[in-house]
Amino acid sequence: MSALFSIALWLGAIAVAAWLFRRLGQYASDNAPRFRDMSYGVAFGYVLGVAAIVWLALAYVASLSSDTAVANKFFFLGMAINGFLVFAAAAWVFRWLGRKIGTAGTRKLFRAMPLTASFGVLIILIYAIFSVFAGVIAPYGQDEILQGVAANIVPGGDPNLGGNPDFPLGTDQIGRDIMSRLIYGAQNTVGIAFATTLLAFFLGGSLGFLAAVVGGWTDQVLSRGVDVLMAIPSLIFALLLMTIASVWSSRLGIPLTVFMVLIIAVIDSTRVFRLARAVGQNIVVMDYIEAAKLRGEGMGYLVFREILPNATAPLLAEFGLRFCFVFLTIAALSFLGVGIQPPLADWGTMVRDSAAFINYAQFAPKAALTPLLAAGAIALLTVAVNFVVDWMLHRSSGLKE
Amino acid sequence: MTDTLVEIRNLWLEGRSDEQWNPIINGVDLTLKRGEVMGLIGESGAGKSTLGLAAMGFCRDGVRISNGSVKFDGIDLLTASAATKRGLLGKRIAYVAQSAAASFNPAHKIIDQHVEGPTQHNVMSRAESEADGMALYEKLRLPDPEKIGFRYPHQVSGGQLQRAMTAMAMACRPDLIIFDEPTTALDVTTQIEVLASIRDIVKDFDTAAIYITHDLAVVAQMADQIKVLLKGDEVETADTRTMLSAPTQDYTKSLWAVRSFERPLKAPVVAGSVPVVSVQNVDAAYGKAKVLHDVSFDMHQGRTVAVVGESGSGKSTTARCITGLLPPTSGQISFGGEVMPADYRKRSKDQLRQVQMIYQMADTALNPRMSIGQIIARPVEFYLGLKGREKRAKVDALLEQIELEPSQYYNRLPSELSGGQKQRIGIARALAAEPKFIICDEVTSALDQLVAEGILRLLAKLQDDLKLSYMFITHDLATVRAIADEVVVMKDGRVVEAGPKAEMFQPPHHPYTDLLLSSVPEMDPDWLTNLLDQRGVDNIGDSAVGKM
Repeated sequence: MSALFSIALWLGAIAVAAWLFRRLGQYASDNAPRFRDMSYGVAFGYVLGVAAIVWLALAYVASLSSDTAVANKFFFLGMAINGFLVFAAAAWVFRWLGRKIGTAGTRKLFRAMPLTASFGVLIILIYAIFSVFAGVIAPYGQDEILQGVAANIVPGGDPNLGGNPDFPLGTDQIGRDIMSRLIYGAQNTVGIAFATTLLAFFLGGSLGFLAAVVGGWTDQVLSRGVDVLMAIPSLIFALLLMTIASVWSSRLGIPLTVFMVLIIAVIDSTRVFRLARAVGQNIVVMDYIEAAKLRGEGMGYLVFREILPNATAPLLAEFGLRFCFVFLTIAALSFLGVGIQPPLADWGTMVRDSAAFINYAQFAPKAALTPLLAAGAIALLTVAVNFVVDWMLHRSSGLKE
Repeated sequence: MTDTLVEIRNLWLEGRSDEQWNPIINGVDLTLKRGEVMGLIGESGAGKSTLGLAAMGFCRDGVRISNGSVKFDGIDLLTASAATKRGLLGKRIAYVAQSAAASFNPAHKIIDQHVEGPTQHNVMSRAESEADGMALYEKLRLPDPEKIGFRYPHQVSGGQLQRAMTAMAMACRPDLIIFDEPTTALDVTTQIEVLASIRDIVKDFDTAAIYITHDLAVVAQMADQIKVLLKGDEVETADTRTMLSAPTQDYTKSLWAVRSFERPLKAPVVAGSVPVVSVQNVDAAYGKAKVLHDVSFDMHQGRTVAVVGESGSGKSTTARCITGLLPPTSGQISFGGEVMPADYRKRSKDQLRQVQMIYQMADTALNPRMSIGQIIARPVEFYLGLKGREKRAKVDALLEQIELEPSQYYNRLPSELSGGQKQRIGIARALAAEPKFIICDEVTSALDQLVAEGILRLLAKLQDDLKLSYMFITHDLATVRAIADEVVVMKDGRVVEAGPKAEMFQPPHHPYTDLLLSSVPEMDPDWLTNLLDQRGVDNIGDSAVGKM
């Protein structure tokens, strides 16, 4: 009850402050249009924003406090602010470098790039490097159980809190280096998710455009087929198919991962099909498609040369989202034991394995960090991909402002 | 109370594009007295609409007023508070947009949107405003004025919607109405009705108006004064009669001269010669709805057949039958004496090559992701099998033919061209196939008059050089007068009248042809008054069509 009361009190104080702010503004600026025509909602927004920034600054100071009880309370917030500042600075430096170095074309690209996009590009680049050179960068193997090293070493490398400077991100429950597994995870999880999404887009996109161009019976058959697939809850459907595939994979000697890629791609391609068909139908009615048809062009030319270039913007946006969903589906399947098989490192599995540590968050935040490392890796990539996709969308749609 | 209602002094407006502010209006003055109608004319991009909105003290997003003043009845709109402006807009200043269909909220009944202004501004109660709305509908000669307001916007026609919008603007009896191209999207027979009603109601209530349009003949009927704009600069201002009879500036003279473009009459078709394309007794239907009834006409080499009629008369459907997109249910299309397969998919590449099309909207007719070079090169490669340097040379030759410099335009995207240039690219793409016959579907109706004239001249020149035949679909009789050799008039899917141009523009006419001809606005400022005197309000436009 007191919490509710204090929230009401704060909001009331902000409301009064907002009124005062507008009044003082009008008085101080001699009734300039900026303050005169400012609606109360806008004034409230300004004051609320300032209050939020002040609170964040206070919380950040508290997270640095020498009193562990106070510092622990704001540990994660402090980390988030640190991370935000570091990444923002890194993105800025990266963009600055991009503007100085490289060919005229890339420099021009960087000059028009917003900070969010350069952050996204930077993160994706780092992930790409990690996934390609995982074997070189990672200090240990992904399935290497280190002899004579304790399991469950806390991240941070501080011996007083149960860390070990040799393993800055700690070890997992059977004594494998978490940093190495995170780096290998980039290879496994990201690589597989990327391949799956590409396949889903190839399948769904080409069939969707085909349905849009041909129409009639082809459209009906494809669309109803997709409806049937979409009617089954996707995770349960994937689980069912994976169970069947696990029998086949041992009989045929094909790795289960290949089946997983195919199954998720087919299930996800239904969503892509829907989008591609809807976008395609809008393009098909354009006069330039009619002109191409009357010229006698074949289906391949129509789909890949006339329609596809005009559908890239919505498809790219969907790609960013779909990639993240595929990612999460793989993590979910791994969690249920049918996805990426141990001992291969996978971020989804890693979160599951150490999920119990989240309970320590209140008194030992560093121990609770263990599951969050892999989860953070997923989140960071998701955000980065979406930033880049937003930017590409902005560019390709020709929106200037 | 002064006589001057709107006073704009030295107004400068800028618009933001490509990360910088570019001038849109450069120091324009405008003075409007009470009860006076000012016509604003100019090409697209001249700043007409921006100036019209600025007269309301309003700027679109990305536009700012950099200098000058706008005074409405002594109130400075640029420094007035938001509250003061809210009290003026909708109550004393109203706005009628170009497309009523896009401006009405499709989810609410017309009368509900009508009463919003008066009730919000506390001018009338809801019941009073509803009754007043019906009175206005009657004044604007809308059919069934008691009930039409209770329909949704999609349930009434475009011309009726435009009049309902005018009624809505009148709801608070404003001192000033801005009309932004209110009849541009309408057929001639619909336009004339809307024009007559707008003119009457503006006069009856002694409302001042700013009438924005690019159609000179329309503005001649409506305005007391005309202001000509060119790229944000004022060219000249004068009262309507002076402006029409004695324009002083070259630009204004060139605008006036557009209407005089006419080709010499050609010798009649030699009897017995084989037509390039012959439409024979064609019936066509969309699903079960029959849209063409027994349409027949011939098109001969090197001649232009103009197909005229309002929207929905079956002009474009006939073109779709000829191209094979819509196979006729009966009848046939023959090409140089030889019967063509009805479905375009069954036609050979060479048959497809012979018939080319130029579209109305160059924006949707050119793939926005292909460069000009790619667009023109594709048919060259596809039909003529040219590759590499030969292909490039052919594309360059085509670009020169349409009077565009090849080296400048080859790599550009359609979005980097103006409307007229895009239409020229459409022409080049059709020419690339080396056809005998080209269908021009309303090719000039989306263009400004000067640009449209350029396109017409180009088409005429190409016809003389290449002995092309055109089927020219249009609803604009001025265009027909300019370039047609034969005219086919269509109504409700039937050919009403057909013959050489010289005969068609001479009486006696079929009554429908007569109505079409009489509905085309002329440059004479007394034209509408005389027409109304001659025929009476119930015998013009759509109401007359209904009686046929």
